[in-house]
Amino acid sequence: MKLLKRLALVVVVCLLVAPALARGGETLDAVKARGHLLVGVNGALFGFGMPDEKGVWRGLDVDTARAVAAAVFADPEKVKFVTLTTQTRFTALQSKEIDLLCRNATRTLTRETDLGLNFVSANYYDGQGFLIPKKLGVKSAKELNGASVCVLPGTTTEQNAADFFRSTKMTMKPVVIEQNTELNQAFFGGRCDVLTSDASQLAGIRAVAPQPDDYVILPEIISKEPLCPVVRHGDDQWRDIVDFCVLAMVAAEDLGVNSKNVDEMLKSADPNIQRFLGVTPGNGKALGLDEKWAYNIVKMVGNYGEVFERNVGEKTKLGIKRGLNAQWKDGGLMYAPPFK
Amino acid sequence: MRHLVKESATDGMGEAARVPFWHDPAKRGMIYQIVALAVVLLAGYWVFSNTQTNLRKQSIATGFSFIEREAGFEIGEHLIDYSAANTYARALWVGVLNTLKVALIGNLLTIVLGILVGVARLSSNWLVSRLAAGYIEVLQNIPVLLQLFFWYAIFHEVLPYPRESLAIAGSIFLNNRGLYLPVPVPHPIHAFMGIALLVGLAAGFAMRRWAVRRQELTGQSFPVWSASAALVLGLPLLAWVAGGAPTDLEIPRLQGFNFQGGVNVSPEFGALLLGLVLYTSAFVAEIVRAGIQAISRGQTEAAMSLGLKPKLVLTLIILPQALRVIIPPLTSQLLNLTKNSSLAIAIGYPDFVAVANTTINQTGQAIEGVALIMVVYLVFSLLTSGFMNWYNKKMALVER
Repeated sequence: MKLLKRLALVVVVCLLVAPALARGGETLDAVKARGHLLVGVNGALFGFGMPDEKGVWRGLDVDTARAVAAAVFADPEKVKFVTLTTQTRFTALQSKEIDLLCRNATRTLTRETDLGLNFVSANYYDGQGFLIPKKLGVKSAKELNGASVCVLPGTTTEQNAADFFRSTKMTMKPVVIEQNTELNQAFFGGRCDVLTSDASQLAGIRAVAPQPDDYVILPEIISKEPLCPVVRHGDDQWRDIVDFCVLAMVAAEDLGVNSKNVDEMLKSADPNIQRFLGVTPGNGKALGLDEKWAYNIVKMVGNYGEVFERNVGEKTKLGIKRGLNAQWKDGGLMYAPPFK
Repeated sequence: MRHLVKESATDGMGEAARVPFWHDPAKRGMIYQIVALAVVLLAGYWVFSNTQTNLRKQSIATGFSFIEREAGFEIGEHLIDYSAANTYARALWVGVLNTLKVALIGNLLTIVLGILVGVARLSSNWLVSRLAAGYIEVLQNIPVLLQLFFWYAIFHEVLPYPRESLAIAGSIFLNNRGLYLPVPVPHPIHAFMGIALLVGLAAGFAMRRWAVRRQELTGQSFPVWSASAALVLGLPLLAWVAGGAPTDLEIPRLQGFNFQGGVNVSPEFGALLLGLVLYTSAFVAEIVRAGIQAISRGQTEAAMSLGLKPKLVLTLIILPQALRVIIPPLTSQLLNLTKNSSLAIAIGYPDFVAVANTTINQTGQAIEGVALIMVVYLVFSLLTSGFMNWYNKKMALVER
């Protein structure tokens, strides 16, 4: 009977305590107490989130996560990266396995509402395109009627492709394969006429083709893909921190501050730069961070231009031009609000 | 704890009051079972309500209302009409049918191939039995996922592009988009051929019953199998000839990127079916061999000394007894094949899991999606084992 009583007690305690546990504390407190950030990343996407040959994580998304760590801990290496698939990424965030998701995730209305997530400012503006062998002689995506299309599953890609073919009154036959490597093999082997994915990924896939010059990316971009870091609903302070960490990199480039000149810039007479770097205090306190948070991001990770060129820019294997991701002054979409 | 108190109160009034209920093993057992059931139910309720509360707190959508929404994605092959404008429910149903298709055809081929290889394994011909042994050892010991990748790679690495297709008799085409076969142009006589087939099946069944009765009464046997085969094949053929023997075929033609018309066996389906059948049939072959070897040699000798022909020894004496040993493990192999078909996602065949995964990704409702996957596979497995159990009972020793 003692056993029974104990069992009953355990059940009751579980029922009472579990909801309290689920409520949890503020994300920032939890992160500080733990001593490092937990960030969900792609793990296999060159230029965005992938370990290099020495096992060091590299990529635009990875550097975004490091910027948050630099702001919170003044140490960009206090991040633990968690590799997530398209299937598991949002669930991991919802269930608090990670504090932040930086995994080339497209912001959409239903994801923001149905999934209970907040997408912050975009760290990359992408769009879906088509990669096709040159020898098929296709010049435009409008000529793809009846084509077999290799699709990476799980993203917005399948739906975009279907939408495009429907709106142009063409038919398609999708071949959906889960793993990038298998999909690429099927495409290079000729199983599909064309492969569709975000343009940044197409550049990466073309780069690993047996003969990259045999393939072209068609000029049409059929969708808008604002890729944003993601946090959970319900913790506005954490959302603001992550949002402004992304924006700080953009603002730094806008203000002409980079990792090399940031120490000189501390002496700048420009009040905008003084406020940005925390020489004039205020921003840090408002976010609940150290006043040097933005200085740390620029010093330790770099401004947006540096991060872009280092990971996906024209000198990398991907060779992507700034395009939509240029500063607003240069005709792009990167636009940070005033830091005051 | 209330029911415990009540129990002891009723005990106190009855004749059996001398034995306290905690010393009565039967009652104690009942109490343990009630408690165990209550704990399981409570735990289930706790998991359910906790999930609900937390999902609501994080404003995550729940419920199955999403299946009425427009799916918005295409599916490569479908047995029923489907387009991106249909609902998630229809998309998922397309997935279920695709899984059923590969499971059904796969299971049939596996049984046939498994029996052939299993019998060949026991052949007195050295070469045949060695070949069968090699087949079993190699295919059994390579993970099925690798085999799928292998067959899929063969399809798109070896076969030519659609514009350089291998043509057989000008109407069958093989290329890296699969096998294209001609189909008869629809004709009213096809419906009559279907009816004729059903009539043939019914007549064959009735004839079998009549032949069994006759044999029991008179001892005379009747060639049931060849007669019913003639009925099943001959009646539709007769209907076809009576309808003017229409021979128009819809021949696949190259149009734009791909062939149009006819039926297409896709490389994904082909590779999946081939991989699953070859892998599982190796196991079935071993089960068949074990089943046959379980029958003592004396049975064969006794049958032969009665003067039965070797074919009759196998069909009348050995197989009916061996089947009793074979069916239970065979069931679990068939279930394995059905469940392994979910590996389809690795090579792009749109089975139920693939469609459900896309649905989960687009709607974000992972809990509902995974629950659906579990229910569908549970139903498949229960149906398969239900059928096999019925067959097993039918085959079991009948005492007269």
